[in-house]
Amino acid sequence: MSAVVAERRDLDAESPRAWLDGVNPVTRLLAAVVLSVPLFASIDAVSASVAVLLELALLPFTGVALAVLARRALPLVAFAPIAGLSMLLYAEPGGTVHARFWLATISDESIRLAVAVALRVIALGIPTILLFSRVDPTRLADALAQVAHLPSRFVLGVLAGTRLLGLFIDDWRSLSMARRARGVADTGAIRRFASMAFVLLVFAVRRGSKLAVAMEARAFGSGLPRTWARPSTLSWRDGVLVVVAVAIMAAAIGAAVATGAFRFVGS
Amino acid sequence: MPRGGGARVAASGWGWRHAGRRAPAVRDVSFTIEPGERVLLLGASGSGKSTLLAGLAGLLGGADEGDETGTLLIDGERPEAQRGRIGLVLQDPDSQVVLSRVGDDVAFGCENLGIDRHEIWRRVDDALDSVGLDLPLTRSTAALSGGQKQRLALAGVLAMRPGLLLLDEPTANLDPEGVAEVRDAVAHIASDSTLIIVEHRTDVWASLMTRVIVLDAAGGLLADGPPATVFASRAVELAASGVWVPGMPLPLEPGSAPVGEVVLSTEGLAIGRAVSSVVLRDLDLEFRAASSTVITGPNGVGKSTLALTLAGLLPERAGRVRASERFAGRGGTRPAGWRSRELLTRIGTVFQDPEHQFITSTVRDELAVGPRAVKMTVAAVDARVDELLVRLDLAALAGANPFTLSGGQKRRLSVATVLATNPAVMVLDEPTFGQDRVSWIALVGLLADQVRRGTSVVSVTHDPEVVRILGTRRMELRTQPDTAAAA
Repeated sequence: MSAVVAERRDLDAESPRAWLDGVNPVTRLLAAVVLSVPLFASIDAVSASVAVLLELALLPFTGVALAVLARRALPLVAFAPIAGLSMLLYAEPGGTVHARFWLATISDESIRLAVAVALRVIALGIPTILLFSRVDPTRLADALAQVAHLPSRFVLGVLAGTRLLGLFIDDWRSLSMARRARGVADTGAIRRFASMAFVLLVFAVRRGSKLAVAMEARAFGSGLPRTWARPSTLSWRDGVLVVVAVAIMAAAIGAAVATGAFRFVGS
Repeated sequence: MPRGGGARVAASGWGWRHAGRRAPAVRDVSFTIEPGERVLLLGASGSGKSTLLAGLAGLLGGADEGDETGTLLIDGERPEAQRGRIGLVLQDPDSQVVLSRVGDDVAFGCENLGIDRHEIWRRVDDALDSVGLDLPLTRSTAALSGGQKQRLALAGVLAMRPGLLLLDEPTANLDPEGVAEVRDAVAHIASDSTLIIVEHRTDVWASLMTRVIVLDAAGGLLADGPPATVFASRAVELAASGVWVPGMPLPLEPGSAPVGEVVLSTEGLAIGRAVSSVVLRDLDLEFRAASSTVITGPNGVGKSTLALTLAGLLPERAGRVRASERFAGRGGTRPAGWRSRELLTRIGTVFQDPEHQFITSTVRDELAVGPRAVKMTVAAVDARVDELLVRLDLAALAGANPFTLSGGQKRRLSVATVLATNPAVMVLDEPTFGQDRVSWIALVGLLADQVRRGTSVVSVTHDPEVVRILGTRRMELRTQPDTAAAA
């Protein structure tokens, strides 16, 4: 049987409910937008730091365990300095110049920008981790269809289709082993990769159409008005989350303006 | 909207030709099925059982998908107009699960029918109950066994309260335990729906059925009547067309005891798909030339993983697989260390899904891949390919694309590609899955013949008849601790 399937976590073991679990996934999407767009307006260290600190202070309400946050933030922490490095070396020089080689110049200005950009990467990533770590894809689809009123055929089709991804990984493993068994795996890796990719595409189309038949056989797309077994609704919590998100951004931008750190992008 | 009670099915001179095909898939079929009847639908490969079932389910599509002749009516109306009144369960457990939780998946069909929320959850409970799935509604569907997935699909269909229930080889991909689960679930379904089931395993299903309809590949029906009568009066004819007639003996006998030297062995072997997922350990096994070994055990115990490890396709997780000195390759006696080309004459593998191992666009090229890779001369390659085409009854298909063959033909071709380089050991994963009686006999006969020619044949299987005929040595795998017991 499939190793991928065996590794998948059982959904039974859900951790206790957190405050944020009562918030609709669509509202979380809105909050994520609120918590990121204003940060594109300014490149400074203050606004990003304030936003990250306030968001982390709300960690207990999100239900995201510290270990989960640490693990998911790891790629961010690894990527942020790389983003910063390019600023450090190639940003327009300003203030005292500390070092110079070839096209690269390290100056006060470029150091300031590097720190700001690195922090910005983290500030954009953290709210996404906090808001979506515990969102179940099925509930997200329910919300997109019922609350955001996206077409249910589209939403449910995508939801069911993503389940096939695990099967494709299994197919790929079998295809590579089969090529070794057929005696053609010693040379021509690039050509082999291309031919396997083509076969996988054929498999994907076929699995997709089988799934479509199974769904159609269960009256999917029958044209009857659809009901929803799992209601997706809004409550006062949704309002609170949006207000909190706006407040965090106001505090972050406000602090940047107050300290004089605010620098409109492009200025 | 859904009405209660079983549906009445009437076919009159019905036929269907898929767009772009010359010959019709189904031709001139007429029958009437009364509400509450339980029909076993049989026919040789290619007689159009699945097409008929898709037609009954209203899933064949419109005029651009093919040409329809005659009429096919459910309760006097076309099937397309009867969504929700008709339920369909398909063969492949993996491609029928729609949602990631058990409860949500069963509710899916009811939602599409626009049924009230409270009624949906009442029906979900009822449906899970009637198929004997005693699981929490939040259980992940990915964690279910094949038998459980098929019962889940059945529950999803039953929750829609269909008048006509169509089952397309629901147990073809299951182990014996899964087969029994699904059979019992079907047996317990309240008898107010009409039931039509397509299945090769007549011995499992015949006793539950009130009627057998056999499609003739040439068009029309070969037989139609109560199971006992049909099987008694048409046994030879049915068997010749590939139907597994209950109680009909197979024209094959078990081979003799093992005789040859040890060609492959394992010492303290641990196996797993990945380093972190070892399923079995401490395996000490031996495989001899001119002998046949069958490996059995429940789903998920690691049979396929063992087969792939023995075949040098997956590395050992501990211990090692050792080929005898005589077969040592450039990399020594460890199969996983051999080059891909070195495997060809030493260990051949037949995969569970033949399509995974096809790499060319014609049957002839497919057979030539191995011989070319081991640098046989052009003349020798041609001679070998021609011999195999005849021996495996594939000559008429030499120019066909492997992906377009029938299930039985694909299986034969995948075996033939391995025979082409005459390996000392052949490892086969579920070689008889979904084979009708005729291709089953051809395949198992071929393997028995290969054993007599000196090959060590190792088969992973659930099929008790394969065990009987090819199981001169039998290994039953059990989950740890103390895993393998060889008899």
